[in-house]
Amino acid sequence: MFFSFIAFLILNLSKQHNNMSQKILLTSSEVNIILHRLACQLIEKHLDFTNTVLIGIQPRGIFLADRIASILTNEYNVKHIDLGYLDITFFRDDFRKKDKPLEANQTKIDFLVEDKKVVFIDDVLYTGRSINAALTALQSFGRPSEVELLVLIDRRFSRHLPIQPDYRGRQVDAINEEKVKVYWNEKNGEDAVYLTDNS
Amino acid sequence: MSQLSVNHLLGIKYLNKNDIDLIFETADHFKEVINRPIKKVPSLRDITIANIFFENSTRTKLSFELAQKRLSADVISFSAAQSSVKKGETLIDTVNNILSMKVNMVVMRHANPGAAYFLSKNVKASIINAGDGAHEHPTQALLDSYSIREKLGDVGGKKVVIVGDILHSRVALSNIYALQMLGAEVKVCGPKTLIPKYIESLGVKVEPNLRKALEWCDVANMLRVQNERMDVNYFPSTREYAMQYGLDKKLLDSLNKEILIMHPGPINRGVEITSDVADSSSSIILNQVENGVAIRMAVIYLLASKIQ
Repeated sequence: MFFSFIAFLILNLSKQHNNMSQKILLTSSEVNIILHRLACQLIEKHLDFTNTVLIGIQPRGIFLADRIASILTNEYNVKHIDLGYLDITFFRDDFRKKDKPLEANQTKIDFLVEDKKVVFIDDVLYTGRSINAALTALQSFGRPSEVELLVLIDRRFSRHLPIQPDYRGRQVDAINEEKVKVYWNEKNGEDAVYLTDNS
Repeated sequence: MSQLSVNHLLGIKYLNKNDIDLIFETADHFKEVINRPIKKVPSLRDITIANIFFENSTRTKLSFELAQKRLSADVISFSAAQSSVKKGETLIDTVNNILSMKVNMVVMRHANPGAAYFLSKNVKASIINAGDGAHEHPTQALLDSYSIREKLGDVGGKKVVIVGDILHSRVALSNIYALQMLGAEVKVCGPKTLIPKYIESLGVKVEPNLRKALEWCDVANMLRVQNERMDVNYFPSTREYAMQYGLDKKLLDSLNKEILIMHPGPINRGVEITSDVADSSSSIILNQVENGVAIRMAVIYLLASKIQ
């Protein structure tokens, strides 16, 4: 609690000082370094990925999943990676709590997860509710032997559930009114992470 | 976008094209869900739905129940035959009694046109019309257009002929609305006695000759002759109807192109369509049934999101 209070103060002060609504957290080259580190950490644990599958969480985790998979195959010569996308819309616990219905995305898992090691990949870990929904959704595809979580940004002190990442790019302290935005070259024209004022 | 413009599904007439597109996109996702090893999602675990059928139904009722269960809703089903309706209870009383058991949504089939509309004005629940007399059957029309879209890529620009008993058919009216909204051209074909007098006011052409109609179309939707709604004889005999308006393999093969054959069921085999046509590769009758579950899941999901 003490740390979160300090973080709150620092962030507020810096905001007043800069009077900016958007602050860069990670630049393109920093994102690149982090992606390579995460790929290496995955190799350390999973070696040749024979019994491991990577699953990107829709909608924004799939860009990170694609990147990690392509680094593993192209730069670290991993021969074969099972990569899937999981949509969790119908498994969320905030259906009917928002003004609009939750819009679904494509699920693409064309392999069995039974007895496999699954690595969930998402861009930002915030309350943990998405991952909770993803764990429920995954049950429709079998019983994995193990599930891990890889995230690019881990927002500390904001969890609603006891969920922590196994691999994290960067830890960030931000207050609830702020939003962490991850931009990908494929979608937004640049690789970067920003902290924006949501209020 | 991303939200329906209506709180009830009373008929296709009340929807707009964006609504139909949204329902189709949502149904695409549910179609993927129902082909998973575990075909269930927990979205509607806090919703209770009553299925009230004052008329007989096999497919529609099963399809709605399955859709509701796949969405994890609690379901109560009710058939008028075993109920207090026989003792003289009114429609509003029956439904309000059910609603006082904390029901959020009602799926109703009724013999009177406008019954679903009437209910939506008088009770506090989301209403889905599963067929009201000879008026509308919106989910059937949605799944029919969805099946055409799935097979031919798009409904817009396609030529669809609806053959048979147009006069008594709620499927025909809902289909005409939906197909035209999506940009298809529609003709109807059948004995003059079974074509409504002012059907052309809906922008639909009448083609009395089945062969000509089939040669014109991309899709033929063969309707059932609804003997239960006929109080007088509309044609001399079933045999004569089958000869004039029944589709057999010989006629289908003699066309110089491939067409899709649809039927909303239940089929009177040998009357409007012969067995070999119903089971042929041109027929998408069983695809329609499969798509029915996905479409109904989408409709229920989107309407449930609007319940406060």
